[in-house]
Amino acid sequence: MARRAQPLSPAAGYGAAALVAALILGTLAAVAFNAETGRGLSAADWAAVRFTLIQASLSALFSVALAVPVARSLARRRFKGRSVLITLLGAPFILPVIVAILGLLAVFGRAGWVSEALALFGLEPLSIYGLHGVVLAHVFFNLPLATRLILQGWQEIPAERFRLAAQLGAGPRAMWQLLEAPMLARVVPGALAVVFAICLSSFAVALTLGGGPRATTIELAIFQAFSFDFDLGRAALLSGLQLVLTALAATLALRTPVGEGFGSGLDRMLRRWDGQNTFAQSLDTFWIVFAGLFLLLPLLAVVLSGLPGVLSLPATVWSAAFASVLVASASTLILLALALPMALAAAQGRPLPMEIAGLLGLAASPLVIGTGLFILIYPVASPFALALPVTALVNAVMALPFALRILVPACRDVVARHRKLALTLDMRGWPFLRRVVLPRLRAQIGFAAGLAAALSMGDLGVIALFADPEVATLPLQVYRLMGAYQMQAAAGAALLLLVLSMGAFWILDRGGRWHAEA
Amino acid sequence: MKYSVFAAGLLGASAALAETPELTVYTYDSFVSDWGPGPAVEAAFEEVCGCDLKLVGAGDGAALLARIKLEGDRSDADVVLGLDTNLTAAARDSGLFAPHSVTADYDLPIAWGDDTFVPYDWGYFAFVHNADAAVPGDFKALAASDTKIVIQDPRSSTPGLGLLMWVKAAYGDEAPAIWDGLSDNIVTVTKGWSEAYGMFLEGEADMVLSYTTSPAYHLIAEEDASKSAASFAEGHYMQVEVAGKLAASDQPELADQFLQFMVSDAFQSIIPTTNWMYPAVTPAGGLPKGFETLITPEKSLLLPADEAAAVRDAALDEWRGALSR
Repeated sequence: MARRAQPLSPAAGYGAAALVAALILGTLAAVAFNAETGRGLSAADWAAVRFTLIQASLSALFSVALAVPVARSLARRRFKGRSVLITLLGAPFILPVIVAILGLLAVFGRAGWVSEALALFGLEPLSIYGLHGVVLAHVFFNLPLATRLILQGWQEIPAERFRLAAQLGAGPRAMWQLLEAPMLARVVPGALAVVFAICLSSFAVALTLGGGPRATTIELAIFQAFSFDFDLGRAALLSGLQLVLTALAATLALRTPVGEGFGSGLDRMLRRWDGQNTFAQSLDTFWIVFAGLFLLLPLLAVVLSGLPGVLSLPATVWSAAFASVLVASASTLILLALALPMALAAAQGRPLPMEIAGLLGLAASPLVIGTGLFILIYPVASPFALALPVTALVNAVMALPFALRILVPACRDVVARHRKLALTLDMRGWPFLRRVVLPRLRAQIGFAAGLAAALSMGDLGVIALFADPEVATLPLQVYRLMGAYQMQAAAGAALLLLVLSMGAFWILDRGGRWHAEA
Repeated sequence: MKYSVFAAGLLGASAALAETPELTVYTYDSFVSDWGPGPAVEAAFEEVCGCDLKLVGAGDGAALLARIKLEGDRSDADVVLGLDTNLTAAARDSGLFAPHSVTADYDLPIAWGDDTFVPYDWGYFAFVHNADAAVPGDFKALAASDTKIVIQDPRSSTPGLGLLMWVKAAYGDEAPAIWDGLSDNIVTVTKGWSEAYGMFLEGEADMVLSYTTSPAYHLIAEEDASKSAASFAEGHYMQVEVAGKLAASDQPELADQFLQFMVSDAFQSIIPTTNWMYPAVTPAGGLPKGFETLITPEKSLLLPADEAAAVRDAALDEWRGALSR
């Protein structure tokens, strides 16, 4: 294909992608080259690979299958508190794993609310432990993300299309065939790939909810290779395998042609004329209530257990909170600096390399990235001194795939819509970016930045490998408190973390669309 | 002995005028937390050493050793504090540690003659339960009962590995059968101690794998006598926590001084109510009030370091095999 003239140079995007790939592959190589012995992969490792693939596939399928009706209901309905609900639904995603597990168990565990309710009717307590528990937990974490990604697909259908469909008397079926199904065909594969990649590197969630060593994932095998056997070669091998699996999944999911999109609209207010009958309304209500209860009850458990401790938090928690806010801010800036050029390059050319470079960040084992960085940094500087910057960088790379999923479709539309006119006017580079692209991407940039900030705030990440006692982020402090029997303070700190993360997300996400509907 | 510490203190103090020497000790995270022994130990040692004691939290247990191996000879660490007998064989094989010069009259249930690693505290693994619950008296009774337990994964957690060794030390070749019997009692296996203990407190299981000293925490720090540890007839496996001096240390004298300080009253009296373990040398003031309520196992089990390292992988395979069915 002859390269068409483009208003923006893709060089910055390729540079950013190369940087990300270098970080991930470079750290992997650093670990591999430090390996002394190595006994290759054992039968147990292959069992871990099998289990990982099964649970990640099921988790991705269920998360996205449930997200479609939930997103559809949210797209069709307007009600009081809708935007608050949408923000809150994102909360599970950013909780530290240990807190989320305890919240989930408070609802679905053997002594949880559901089991207690069952006991009132003389029924056996719920058994959450097993493959179904792993999938349930992963759906809990990823349903909100999948919902948001898919909901965004609905929001990107111009209001004029719905108006036209309504004027032509399109019923729910026709609306589905004409607008919703093609949109989903564009959005769903990406959502599947992202959720799959996240679940691929699950460790503590899979083990705890899986009920035992049956539920050994690749990430646990990496941890074992690293700290139990000190077999760096095997750790690098397993991590490489994780990367390959993600790249394969991404290629499969994203190679499907994405179609032409819905073209441009005049960015006017969305009004929906379809789905006004009672059946459609009750169906939508059902899905919204279902998602609300499923996602918010465990959150409520976290809040309730945190309240007694939140008023008497030790000073170290506050300084950790400050460090977390700093890391999250830096991480958000780094993320935007990487994601925007990559998304624009993807929108103007071949998107697959960008998407894969992005997904690698998710699939890479944090333990291997951390260890690799440690090996690379150690000879030249104190890893302790760099704990916070390194954490910010790694968190940004981990948030990259989400940001790309959010930004790429919108960038593609903007470029497709305005490319010709801009080139005719010889408007390129910075003016095109500032006057055409950025204003139209406000909502997406806000969402991506909010997600990055919240993720970075809640992620334990690599700081555990680098931190010294004076430097701790809030998630690390939660773990430290729990390790010292301070369960109440830990619960309070977790609540503070939840509030901070949600606050950061809320501010950035709203900031991106403060004058926009939706 | 006292004089040598005093003399070293003087030396340290005069050196401080020129430049305060710094002793870097790598340890596990919970040791350095505000509730751990770290802050008090730092203050107590700096009072006598004329140095700056820098405690660095570097993961826990096995991660600590992995960290030291990664850093190798270039490590800033002078002392590593927080390995246990499951790790000392591998630590010794790394060749990174130097022999110590510490002499002490240990109050351990077993004889201690290691020339590289100095013990600073110890405890027994045990299943902790609510005091009012009826609990089994050994592993076989546990397997036969419908008591639910939460345990930790031996691959990622020190107590988890302790349980693996406990069953192996008590039952040898019979261990796989014991695990087979326990498999329907195990609610789940967690990554670390915190998850398991948190789940137990939330009521997810009747018992959790922890230490015989855990009830002392609830009793002393929370004035809550509702937790007990179950006494098992097979005996209880021990954890002995140790510290060692790195061969590449640039402060070898200071490191020796720290190790000697570690077995003195000043350090040992901090341990019981911060690390919630038994001190390796009972301080002159005895154990804090409340410790007398704890169970004392009739038999102490501990595989010697070399044997522990030798049986570890096979025991892990047995564990995984029995619990994966």
